Amino acid sequence: MNETSPNSFRNQPDDRGHFGDFGGRYVAETLMPLILDLEREYRAAQEDPAFQAEFDDLLEHYVGRPSPLYHAERLTEELRKDAKPGMGAQVWFKRDELNHTGAHKINNCIGQILLAKRMGKTRIIAETGAGQHGVATATVCARFGLPCVVYMGAEDVARQSPNVFRMKLLGAEVVPVTSGRGTLKDAMNDALRDWVANVHDTFYIIGTAAGPHPYPELVRDFQCVIGKEARAQMLARAGKLPDLLIACIGGGSNALGLFHPFLDDADVRMLGVEAAGKGLEGSEHNASLLGGSPGILHGNKTYLLQDEDGQISEGYSISAGLDYPGIGPEHAWLKETGRVEYTAVTDDEALEGFQLLCRTEGIIPALEPSHALTAVSKRAPMMREDEIICMNLCGRGDKDIFTVAEKLGVEM
Amino acid sequence: MTRLQNAFSKPHAAFVAFITAGDGDTAANLDALVEGGADVIELGMPFTDPMADGPAIQAANLRSLGKGTTTADVLQYAYEFRERHPDVPLVLMGYANPMIRRGPEWFANAAKGAGVDGVICVDIPPEEDDALGPALRDAGISPIRLATPTTDAKRLPQVLEGSSGFLYYVSVAGVTGLQQAAAGSIEEAVAALKAATDIPVAVGFGVREPAQAAAIAAHADGVVVGSAFVDLVGEHGAKAPAKLQELTAAMVEAIKAA
Repeated sequence: MNETSPNSFRNQPDDRGHFGDFGGRYVAETLMPLILDLEREYRAAQEDPAFQAEFDDLLEHYVGRPSPLYHAERLTEELRKDAKPGMGAQVWFKRDELNHTGAHKINNCIGQILLAKRMGKTRIIAETGAGQHGVATATVCARFGLPCVVYMGAEDVARQSPNVFRMKLLGAEVVPVTSGRGTLKDAMNDALRDWVANVHDTFYIIGTAAGPHPYPELVRDFQCVIGKEARAQMLARAGKLPDLLIACIGGGSNALGLFHPFLDDADVRMLGVEAAGKGLEGSEHNASLLGGSPGILHGNKTYLLQDEDGQISEGYSISAGLDYPGIGPEHAWLKETGRVEYTAVTDDEALEGFQLLCRTEGIIPALEPSHALTAVSKRAPMMREDEIICMNLCGRGDKDIFTVAEKLGVEM
Repeated sequence: MTRLQNAFSKPHAAFVAFITAGDGDTAANLDALVEGGADVIELGMPFTDPMADGPAIQAANLRSLGKGTTTADVLQYAYEFRERHPDVPLVLMGYANPMIRRGPEWFANAAKGAGVDGVICVDIPPEEDDALGPALRDAGISPIRLATPTTDAKRLPQVLEGSSGFLYYVSVAGVTGLQQAAAGSIEEAVAALKAATDIPVAVGFGVREPAQAAAIAAHADGVVVGSAFVDLVGEHGAKAPAKLQELTAAMVEAIKAA
């Protein structure tokens, strides 16, 4: 860590919602009073033991937490085959794919719908990419009896049809978004347009640790259950903290949820894995940190894929959940401070990671954490046998089997 | 007196006309608005993600970007407009990212050099003024802020702080070009705004007909029309200027009679 490192990496953002130069509240004036209301209500909820108790209770009995911490011994052995003697780190998974609805997204949705209820809001909107956040939002809306509108890019509607049907079964209205290229960015634009026209009764459940303050902070806080559990479980099971944490990053909420509780453990290294799509050298990737530059979009200042005039690029990934040209502002700050290392994995590499986990551990992962798995398979052989990698297995792959089959040339 | 002050010192409410830069024949469209009698010109800077805009202006942004419009092109339209129309105030309206891409000072100085009088940035609220406001004020450009139905009396002073030129009252909570506010609610809101500031108050969002413009002009210092013009450009392309001039003239006539 360099000399300018802060005393703690866990006290961001400041009271204006800034993570260093990033974050903030770059929204239209119509939304500003609402954002300030949300912040006030969130502060009150943080002080309210009843809020925390209800959150914890739902996570335990509805979501199924704590999620297991699993020692992937067969995968560990498989990766040691390519390692030098004495090398090949132990691989452990935080199994958030076992949550109700099959991904980490539900943790955040439970927190936000409790906030919506506190604020007396009667209608919920959300954006979704892969559909995991849409399904999680539709789920909590069904659970709490609130109407739900999910904006989803038309292209994503096509490539994630099982999740579209799930949302409809759960009673949500799914609005296909055709503006732009019809992916997550465009869905977020339309969700913001809905919100600005319905501020009086509508709560916007944002699915990742991005958007205007206080969203990046509160989404992170709700997702921190992942890292808090993992930290305690690792100490109990292995008697030590992990040496390296790995998680995939689209907007970055599953990674922050795992990383944040460890940020002040100086010996724990962290690696965030972006989607390199068809390769970082071209424009068909979604690696905002590795291939982008700072700018302002969707309410926050962060790293973006953009051209020299500040027009936002579309980006590309096989994984709809990583297909977003921005990233949560806290990751931008963690990159600039050097606390977290970031890398990127291509579509083809992620498909290898996907298949490797299926074969070695009997777990079908989502394409998003398949990116993290590939990073695990690259790093583990370079680490000692007594070292531990903890990866967030943040989603299961049921939704992706059609995409994978097509890529592998299998007719279903 | 500045060009903007002049425009708001006339015996009638000022008519503020918006089009998107790079959509259709921009120079001819701008000239048509002036010919029709517009008092202030708002030139939209196209952006890939115009979150506060409805379908009409979204489509105009995409048409413009599809033709390859750059920031340099927008500034060139402004510069040439200023050469042709030395006295008509010109305001750039758009989103933060294209404005800060090369740094706020670069943008403020380039806009000043192009003869721009004011800048409306949709997604920089007073809380984030540092991102652009100081650079604009240093360059002598008016940062024009938006007030909305959700801006309450307690918040209003913060919105007014550091702004100049005029205050843009967004009459409905929503995106551009769709709903329209009830005349009564506008009258009340404008009265509250004018009690709080000496800056002229212009009202926009959802104003499409001369009769609506007249109703607003009876209370406000200015009336803003955007989507109705942008629709004409989208529909008539190269033949839009005559239509723009016609609608502008009808709006101005209605406003003068109000």
